[in-house]
Amino acid sequence: MIRVDGQGNGKSLIQVRGLSKTYRRGGEEIQVLQRLNLDLDKGDFVGFMGPSGSGKTTLLNLLGGLDVPSQGSITVDGDEITHMSGSKLTQWRARHVGFIFQMYNLIPVLTAFQNVELPLLLTKLSKSERRTHVETALNVVGLSNRMDHYPRQLSGGQEQRVTIARAIVSDPTFLLCDEPTGDLDRKSADEIMALIEELVAKHGKTVLMVTHDAMVAARAHTTLHLDKGVLVEASKLEQGVVAGGVV
Amino acid sequence: MKFRRLIFANLFRKKIRLILTIGSFAISLILFTFLAVVYSAFNRGIEIAGADRLVIENRVGLIQTMPVSYGDQVRGIPGVKYVTHDHWFGGVYQEEKNFFPQFVIDPENHLKVYPEFVVPDDQWNTFVKDQQGVIAGAKTAKRFGWKVGDRIPIKNSLYGPTKTWEFNLDGIYHAKTADGDESQFWLQWKNFDENVPAFAKSTAGWYILRLDSPDDAVRVAKTIDAKYANSSWETKTETESAFQAGFAKQFGNIEFLILSIGSVVFFTLLLVTGNTMAISVRERISELAVLKAIGVRDGSVLFMVLAESMLIAFFGGVFGLLLAWAAIPAMSAKLAGFLPPLILSKTLLSSGLLFAVFVGMASGLIPGFGAMRMRVVNALRRV
Repeated sequence: MIRVDGQGNGKSLIQVRGLSKTYRRGGEEIQVLQRLNLDLDKGDFVGFMGPSGSGKTTLLNLLGGLDVPSQGSITVDGDEITHMSGSKLTQWRARHVGFIFQMYNLIPVLTAFQNVELPLLLTKLSKSERRTHVETALNVVGLSNRMDHYPRQLSGGQEQRVTIARAIVSDPTFLLCDEPTGDLDRKSADEIMALIEELVAKHGKTVLMVTHDAMVAARAHTTLHLDKGVLVEASKLEQGVVAGGVV
Repeated sequence: MKFRRLIFANLFRKKIRLILTIGSFAISLILFTFLAVVYSAFNRGIEIAGADRLVIENRVGLIQTMPVSYGDQVRGIPGVKYVTHDHWFGGVYQEEKNFFPQFVIDPENHLKVYPEFVVPDDQWNTFVKDQQGVIAGAKTAKRFGWKVGDRIPIKNSLYGPTKTWEFNLDGIYHAKTADGDESQFWLQWKNFDENVPAFAKSTAGWYILRLDSPDDAVRVAKTIDAKYANSSWETKTETESAFQAGFAKQFGNIEFLILSIGSVVFFTLLLVTGNTMAISVRERISELAVLKAIGVRDGSVLFMVLAESMLIAFFGGVFGLLLAWAAIPAMSAKLAGFLPPLILSKTLLSSGLLFAVFVGMASGLIPGFGAMRMRVVNALRRV
């Protein structure tokens, strides 16, 4: 169950409390996020929407351990990440987070197989174990017949599938998707969203997704709206409280 | 080295840039190697100079001679084991470009003072008995295709009008060590003395002394110089290594020249490779950010950048050294007579490669640290 009132039972997979982020630009302080609370359970699929500059990507970066908050805490699967050192955070990311970017960000000089294998190079898996994992991940995204192709030999949709395979190959605790369909045509976007839904439904993945596209956001279990750094609205109000309650 | 594949893939990403950078390394390494072999050639005489040998020259300079009678006088000084004298002959074989060092020697004592040169006994005996005889170094004999028994005409204009001296090649000497000088040409002092004009008769260009012990060097040198102080032919006595160093300095401050050019090469190379690596890292900023996002450590990112720049340097270095290895013998042959033999030793090859890899590492440091310290969030925002 997704809550934004900070009243979770403490057993949530992801627990955010009083999260604030302030940037300093010149002499000016810009408050991007203001005292956010969020509770997510395993298997939740949440979409974040909001205008540009509302803090969606900042929230995603904080949840992914790529940035540190000015205030507040983030606890994932019992680990509080806000006070981890840089190197600990790097290790934590490798183990717990799968990233899916709008621009795919594949390494162009590596094949699909090699790109997907990258996160596994940080583990102690043997070569043959790595191969099995990579083949499985590419099979899940339907690209087992393209594993020796370079990114330039793939369509945008296929590249995004490789990115998804790279994100899931190490079986992370949750996936962070930053505009996963932002660079795709509608058909490819539908296919990618179907794949993400499948990851949630079939494989029990927890997914946090930022998007500008209302149709894409509608595919999530819940959509949270961010405006000026505050969670102000929830789109699926089937059973919850708006802006500060259970969604 | 789990990232080996990625490092090599990145290396070959921009092939033209890679070829150009490797090429700049190779050309710099050729220049570096050439300077180093020239430096080493000039210093080889110093390095192999006998610790137990002294050289006496005229205090005014090497081109001024001394009376040949000094030899017997010096021989009586305690600590002096053998004395021999040399003279610069300075002729050419057939044409001006065929120049090589020719020395007028004292056959009786020459090999006693220079035991590092070997001549077969029968050839040496023939030479001693033959006033027109000469001994040539193996390298010079090979250069001109001479065989024992050949008649060798040497044109000389140092002693009076230009004249061709005819010699009999009685023997060929070899050096005991690989880096020994096998380019010399020895002719008999008696023959020289009988055929030169009066001003050069009964003279020696310089004396070489072999001592009982190197510990006697300072005392013997002081004794000799004191003995001839205020005479018409004052002397300057020094160790053979100091003499060789002074001889090398006649060509100018080779060490300074080589260090200056070497430093320019080093910094140019540093800038070229540093710039290449900086561009290369800047082009890949989003990829590096993704690597860091998925959990690649900062140290590994630095390692990847350094490994890439060091590999470029290594390949460039190897290529340059291979070219130098092929070119230096040909250059040495062309410059024979003007410069001492140019030898590209294993030590020089290893130093060249180390130099290249060091430059590679240094040039990768700034972009490497930049990539290491880069904040993923900022880098991804730039995409």
